[in-house]
Amino acid sequence: MRPILMKGHERPLTFLKYNRDGDLLFSCAKDHTPNVWFADNGERLGTYRGHNGAVWCCDVSRDSMRLITASADQTVKLWNVQTGAQLYSFNFDSPVKSVDFSVGDKLAVITTDPFMGLPSTIQVKRIARDPNEQTSDSVLTIKGPQGRINRAVWGPLNKTIISAGEDAVVRVWDTETGQLLKESDKETGHQKTVTSLSKSADSSHFLTGSLDKSAKLWDSRTLTLLKTYVTERPVNACAISPLLDHVVIGGGQEAVHVTMTDRRAGKFEAKFFHKILQEEIGGVKGHFGPINALAFNPDGRSFSSGGEDGYVRLHHFDPDYFNIKM
Amino acid sequence: MTEVVPMADLEAYAGRLGIDLSSVDLDSIQLPPGDDFGIKSDDDEDLFHEDALEFEAGFANVVVVDNLPVVPPEKFEKLEGVIRKIYSQMGTIKEGGLWMPVNPETKKTLGYCFIEYNTTQEAELAREKTNGYKLDKSHIFAVNLFDDFDKYMKVPDEWKAAEIKPYTPGENLQQWLTDEKARDQFVIRAGSNTEVFWNDPRQLMPELVHQRQYWTESFVQWSPLGTYLATVHRQGAAVWGGASTFNRLMRFAHPQVRLIDFSPGEKYLVTFSSHEPSNPRDTHRVVLNIFDVRTGKLMRDFKGNADEFATGGSGGVSGITWPIFRWCGGKDDKYFARIGKNMISVYETETFGLVDKKSMKVDNVVDFCWSPTDPILALFVPELGGGNQPAKVSLVQIPGKEELRQKNLFSVSDCKMYWQNNGEYLAVKVDRYTKTKKSTYTGFELFRIKERDIPIEVLELDNKNDKIVAFAWEPKGHRFAVIHGDNPRPDVSFYSMRTNQNTGRVSKLTTLKSKQANALYWSPAGRYIVLAGLKGFNGQLEFYNVDELETMATGEHFMATDIEWDPTGRYVATAVTSVHEMENGFHIWSFSGKLLYRLSRDHFYQFLWRPRPPSLLTAEKEEEIAKNLKKYSKKYEAEDQDVSMQLNEQDRKKRKMLQDQWNEWVAKWKQMHEEERQLRIQLRDGVVSDEEEEYEAKEVEVEEVLDVVEEVVADLDQE
Repeated sequence: MRPILMKGHERPLTFLKYNRDGDLLFSCAKDHTPNVWFADNGERLGTYRGHNGAVWCCDVSRDSMRLITASADQTVKLWNVQTGAQLYSFNFDSPVKSVDFSVGDKLAVITTDPFMGLPSTIQVKRIARDPNEQTSDSVLTIKGPQGRINRAVWGPLNKTIISAGEDAVVRVWDTETGQLLKESDKETGHQKTVTSLSKSADSSHFLTGSLDKSAKLWDSRTLTLLKTYVTERPVNACAISPLLDHVVIGGGQEAVHVTMTDRRAGKFEAKFFHKILQEEIGGVKGHFGPINALAFNPDGRSFSSGGEDGYVRLHHFDPDYFNIKM
Repeated sequence: MTEVVPMADLEAYAGRLGIDLSSVDLDSIQLPPGDDFGIKSDDDEDLFHEDALEFEAGFANVVVVDNLPVVPPEKFEKLEGVIRKIYSQMGTIKEGGLWMPVNPETKKTLGYCFIEYNTTQEAELAREKTNGYKLDKSHIFAVNLFDDFDKYMKVPDEWKAAEIKPYTPGENLQQWLTDEKARDQFVIRAGSNTEVFWNDPRQLMPELVHQRQYWTESFVQWSPLGTYLATVHRQGAAVWGGASTFNRLMRFAHPQVRLIDFSPGEKYLVTFSSHEPSNPRDTHRVVLNIFDVRTGKLMRDFKGNADEFATGGSGGVSGITWPIFRWCGGKDDKYFARIGKNMISVYETETFGLVDKKSMKVDNVVDFCWSPTDPILALFVPELGGGNQPAKVSLVQIPGKEELRQKNLFSVSDCKMYWQNNGEYLAVKVDRYTKTKKSTYTGFELFRIKERDIPIEVLELDNKNDKIVAFAWEPKGHRFAVIHGDNPRPDVSFYSMRTNQNTGRVSKLTTLKSKQANALYWSPAGRYIVLAGLKGFNGQLEFYNVDELETMATGEHFMATDIEWDPTGRYVATAVTSVHEMENGFHIWSFSGKLLYRLSRDHFYQFLWRPRPPSLLTAEKEEEIAKNLKKYSKKYEAEDQDVSMQLNEQDRKKRKMLQDQWNEWVAKWKQMHEEERQLRIQLRDGVVSDEEEEYEAKEVEVEEVLDVVEEVVADLDQE
């Protein structure tokens, strides 16, 4: 499996997202400019200029027309995917960490960091069909979890919001009332900051990665802990294969601890696990910094990883990957 | 454990009582003896209780000096001054810690006084140094520890026959050797846990035998035959063992013990502690105790300052090298020895006194070692007088102290001695100066101990300027391996003490060029060796068969720090201990280099195989088994197969169970997904396409006419 190296960012990668058709790949990094690439050959299509801070997260609408990005410059911006034009900018009082379109793309859930005495929040904004009618009012604001909320996504049918962050607890909120519905158990749940959260294709279950060196699989509706995948490194990113019963998790020694000259020391590997048996299948090496972002192509035949080293590596699976017998 | 009181509550409570918490030294608080306020101690047993009482009574640091002159009040101060002068040499006397009682009628002193020191060690030292001190002819001090008075008072005046307890049979301490699957045990220490496991390579994972938190305060150690596991605590050492689990068998009181060492036959335990001097200019005080392991009786103690126990004779700068007492090889534990300035002190364990009541005089001796099997000492004396007196390696028989063999060596810079573990050969690695004295080169002197007159052979490497990285004898064998060379990738050579025709000659078997290795680990059964590249080589491993002279396998345990063969030579453990922050844990390999399983543990400190006593089979019997190995192995092979079948079956069942469970979930999700389909379409404003399967890729061929050109083609038939 020869990866395609995509060098378009000057700073560590933060997030990767494929569109629904699986032909475009959006990448966010700590430099201020998200990029869009052809997902098959890694050619760069364009950039989205306008942010003035690290871009933490993005989402693309189902019809691949709109891109929404969350940035540390305290704004969330809507873009025209095709032209790269900025359509709208939501302003916040603190850096924005994550963003996710709802089913139907009419709502977006946004999380903001604790900042200058303000607590972290989860906010829901209505996304208008016509950008000219867009307003910045929040439909719903949820406060409560301590520390940064690293990721919030929509549950099935937009009825719930699932959030996780620095307090290591995964929570499910009601979208109508903003009430807390469920909380993960402190004993069996994560022990350290949850860094990433990724849904299955049908939103029925989701995977969380944590600095406690594990990733956990949960039922979206009941918040039942289904599986745990243990590795030797803090987990920064995770993804669920839409095609096979595989999950991939990545991470590595924290950047500040990387002092060794040998890059193997950091274990900057994307590790594949069997989703059901929880057994390790193999690893994909290559990055020379921790892996910060992972995403599967919706067809499950390729995946890409983004690292602290500023590279996106796009991997098309070899035929024998599809014949792995466990 | 008891409930934990938050600090804030504590502070509030202290505030109400008017106590400033910051001025309270929590460590100095001592609970009244016998009352633990319901707080269980961590080691959950009354560990060293009677011993602890001494400290709690608070008089252990008081000495009583008797036989002082009886003086009238006018001379009182002068006497006090004299006493203070004598006793402040041994340590710091507490403020108001010197008290001389006076007869209230005669106003004269009573002829004794009490002196309170800061620490018990000082008090002990004072007793030792001044008991019998002659102030003048008629006043010879009698010094006792205050606590000892109690002890002596309790001695009954009349002799009573000792009560003889009926014999109770102990448990079988060797039970672990009778394991049906002939597995070996190992102990690991990670975090605050100490765990003993069976190594179960058939199951591809270890099986827990015993686990305890805070089992030891610094490290654990197996006794040389594997009977005991020793733990180290503030109050002393303890040994554990037993038939089914690990019970405490004996404890050995030695406050602040730092290091321990068993005799090879595990009859005796040597414990060592070093105490900070009260006067910073003094050297550390060293206490060594030798206990009988089975009875717990203190056989002999040695006390002194650190200088006396520093090895390296003449120099004495190297500090303490452990073990200080080196035991004579063999099961009998008959002799032990230590090196001193210009002498070797050899003790025997019958009386725990010096052999012949005196130490062996050897001028300038710097190193010695025992033969692993016989009471033979190998000594090394370096060159003296700028080369006028040659360096010397000699073999000395104990208890006769006669010299069996001696070899003079010239222009020697350093010397190291390696015994083969059967005591058949001794290799002396000699670093010699070149003529210019600017560099050194290395050669070996090989002694054949078991042959008549102990012939010596000199061996030099092919390139004698090569630096020697490592040297190791084959256990029970006649071969040795050397890593040599100055390159980043050194060479490894194998030699044999035998040749085909003439058994009395050393011969080279092979040299492996440029290996990533800096350490040698022979299998305890011989024949196989692991060439390991630790540290700079990041844990490269090569499993080599010396009989066939071929590499069986190579492997890597990234960052490995420790390698240990199991006592039977079947498995190899490689570990990354907490010297590295990452990758902590261990791997188990087969002797042939197949990775069997691995276990990760954060803060991994120790991995130790439980040693086995030597085999009871005779050499002939062993040979017979080796010859008819097929017959014997059949049974085990069948067993192995059964286990692996069973394992497969179990594995299959487990997988099926997991898969079924998963399918159930998926079915449920699918159903819900279907039910929610309409709602979802509604949310998407009527976009039907829901499942990825519904959209298919169509291949469309588009033909475009780019250009049309008409040409007249020449008629080829025209000719």
